Amino acid sequence: MTAYLLRRLLSLSLSLVAASLVIFLVMEVVPGDPASFMMGLNADPQAVAALRSQLGLDEPLPLRYIGWVAGLLQGDFGISYTYRVPVSELIAERVVISLPLTLYALALSTLIAFPAGILAASRRNSAADLTVMGATQLGVAIPNFWFAMILVLIFAVNLRWFSAGGFPGWEAGFWPAIKALTLPAIALALPQASILARVMRSSLIDTLNEDFMRTARAKGLSRGQALWRHALRNALIPVLTIIGLQFSFLLAGGIIIENVFYLPGLGRLAFQAITQRDLIVVRSVVILLVFAVIVVTFLVDLAYAAADPRLRRRRS
Amino acid sequence: MTVLSISDLKVDIHGNTVLHDIDLTLDPGRILGIVGESGSGKSMTALSVMQLLPSGSNWSGSIRVAGADLSIMGEPALCRMRGRDVGMIFQEPMTALNPVRTIGDQVAETVRIHTGASRREAFSIAREMLNRVGLPEDRFPLDRFPHDLSGGQRQRVVIAQAIALRPKLLIADEPTTALDVTTQAQILDLLKQLVREEDMGLMLITHDLAVVAGLADSIAIMKDGAVVEAGATREIFRAMRHPYTRALFTASAHVPDRGRKPESGKIPVLAVENVVRDYQQPRRNLFVKPPPFRAVDHVSFEISHGENVGLVGESGCGKSTLARSILALDGLQGGDIRLNGHVFSSAGDGPHPELRARMQVVFQDPYGSFNPRHQVRRLVTEPFHLVKNPPRGAELERRIDRALTEVGLSSSDADKYIHEFSGGQRQRIAIARALIIEPALIVLDEAVSALDVSIRAQILDLLAGLSERLDLSYLFISHDLSVVRAITDRVLVMKDGRIVEQGETETVFRNPQHPYTQKLVAATPSLEAALAAPAD
Repeated sequence: MTAYLLRRLLSLSLSLVAASLVIFLVMEVVPGDPASFMMGLNADPQAVAALRSQLGLDEPLPLRYIGWVAGLLQGDFGISYTYRVPVSELIAERVVISLPLTLYALALSTLIAFPAGILAASRRNSAADLTVMGATQLGVAIPNFWFAMILVLIFAVNLRWFSAGGFPGWEAGFWPAIKALTLPAIALALPQASILARVMRSSLIDTLNEDFMRTARAKGLSRGQALWRHALRNALIPVLTIIGLQFSFLLAGGIIIENVFYLPGLGRLAFQAITQRDLIVVRSVVILLVFAVIVVTFLVDLAYAAADPRLRRRRS
Repeated sequence: MTVLSISDLKVDIHGNTVLHDIDLTLDPGRILGIVGESGSGKSMTALSVMQLLPSGSNWSGSIRVAGADLSIMGEPALCRMRGRDVGMIFQEPMTALNPVRTIGDQVAETVRIHTGASRREAFSIAREMLNRVGLPEDRFPLDRFPHDLSGGQRQRVVIAQAIALRPKLLIADEPTTALDVTTQAQILDLLKQLVREEDMGLMLITHDLAVVAGLADSIAIMKDGAVVEAGATREIFRAMRHPYTRALFTASAHVPDRGRKPESGKIPVLAVENVVRDYQQPRRNLFVKPPPFRAVDHVSFEISHGENVGLVGESGCGKSTLARSILALDGLQGGDIRLNGHVFSSAGDGPHPELRARMQVVFQDPYGSFNPRHQVRRLVTEPFHLVKNPPRGAELERRIDRALTEVGLSSSDADKYIHEFSGGQRQRIAIARALIIEPALIVLDEAVSALDVSIRAQILDLLAGLSERLDLSYLFISHDLSVVRAITDRVLVMKDGRIVEQGETETVFRNPQHPYTQKLVAATPSLEAALAAPAD
């Protein structure tokens, strides 16, 4: 198990190094010089050159890469070209919204998908199964921004249970903040839950047809006992894969929902930075997302190993 | 008291009758063999006793397990019965255990769900049972997972969980079909010993007459969902009253007529010289390349014109890898392979397509080796891709027609799809596909292993006839020694990637020299030997 962990950790660090290199180089070839962009169209070339050297843009490439990575390791992402504040501050105030929102949506998605998937698989072709399959089909098909607007109409405009958008900040207290994130989380969770429920169902149905399920029944386990004790853990691998992918998707992909609910999240920050050629912010957000994806992949790998002993096998 | 009595059992699934007129009884300490071909209803009979019939099934008649009438038992009572009064062992040990739970846990589970024993007590019973089935503590601690174990060892775990509560009735559904002969002999010995010592009744389901002949006290022969003949084993085999019993017996012991002797002295059809095949092992360490695994280790042999050569050995011995190397599906790491004197492939060099056409293959699974969306016409003409000027028009039709007729099918079959044929017919089509390009050599990799005995006998006859008429040579790979003995002139015995013994088939089987060959021959159940043995 330790060897497995170490191997995964090593591959994790190598992926991070490779990703940082790629991101750095891609940003270099993107057209648009940040300095001239910041100075405007009629800028004096000398002033632009001065700004370039102030920003460190005239140093050789390898040196700038090393400087950037060294800064990252100390939590220094640089200074935003447009806002003139440390990027780390910009990101920090967005992460405290995006990360809880992602986790909230993921928790909702899992809480809906697991029971629905298990119910549908264990009563295959029953009315319950057909209902779950129909509902999840709809959940996948409905665009989440439309669903978000319907949620706003019903729960904010008509029933007035929630506010229609905005975020009061965590300093306003835990519950008001959670309340503000509830509708966005539901809107984000719906399609994810639908996908997850379908994956859970088909994976569980496959497992229920395995030979060892018949062995379990032959031992005297009831259908329900056999499902809980023998099928569930075996069915989990594809489900964990999907959960891992969904986390990465939700963290950065919430931009449309963030716009619908006026949430200052990471997605909007990235979008604004791109339109303003604030490449240092773009680069920082991207490296952060890559980092998150790699860490989640690592956690999913650990979950695999916990679920399936064959993956912990010491190769001889 | 009888442990099992079935009378007048009838089962239908969605209105189709799958079992009828089943009457069976089994006493404690006795073994009842249920024999029949696939689809005869053997497994369905077992599932009726377990009450684990597929959904949509209905049954009538009477099944009593240790006196208890199953028809009046509800599902909770049946759950209490399964595992406690009746244990069951399945065919496929590789998949019969839950891969994510330890063997101790799975054996202990049988104890815990039925007795309310504590975890500690259940595990101590599990330990005792694993010792009992030959998995001692020092090598097989309770926290081993199924993937650490071989097929035979896994089957022992399945047996341990089936007998953990010393059930009165044990049902074994083809328990050794997926295992090598030597492992099969060990598992059968274990079952026999358990039955005698624990006074259990064993219902042993198998397609192999030789297995039951040496083991069962009584036998029931099934065909098309009914028992056609039942009684004491020796009685059944001696009298063979029912024509089907006779047919089954004849088919099992069938040896095709092969008159002509292969010509020697000419250039051999196939010459394998010092062939080496290494497999790259998975990397454990990023910086250290693991040593390769040598699956085929300096193997050399020849096959003459019209000669049938058998290749036998247990699973993992390298026989399929050798077959892949000969067919040039895998590259070689050493040595070379010559076809009719021309270099077919050598290390680092694959064959020319035109040469490849001279060697064809027939695999084990007749269905899996065909594209289900193509007509037979297209399936059998596939090898023509190998030649520069494939036949067209009337010539093509003539070749298709001839290939299909050679294997006993008709030319009208060319427009059908593969699902319209039975298993035996599919294997005939596979042979037609190999024949159509008029090869010199056909590699038959377990080509009759998935077939029922009566079909197998027909295919063996077909192969023998073709070899004689068309001057074909075969490399016949099988784990089944009796089949190899029936159809080959010469046999190669393979172990750990090396040929340990080779010679005339009859000589090798009658008088094996290498200890490994001796072990293989001794472990193979023999119908004649079992019947000739005095009653015990």
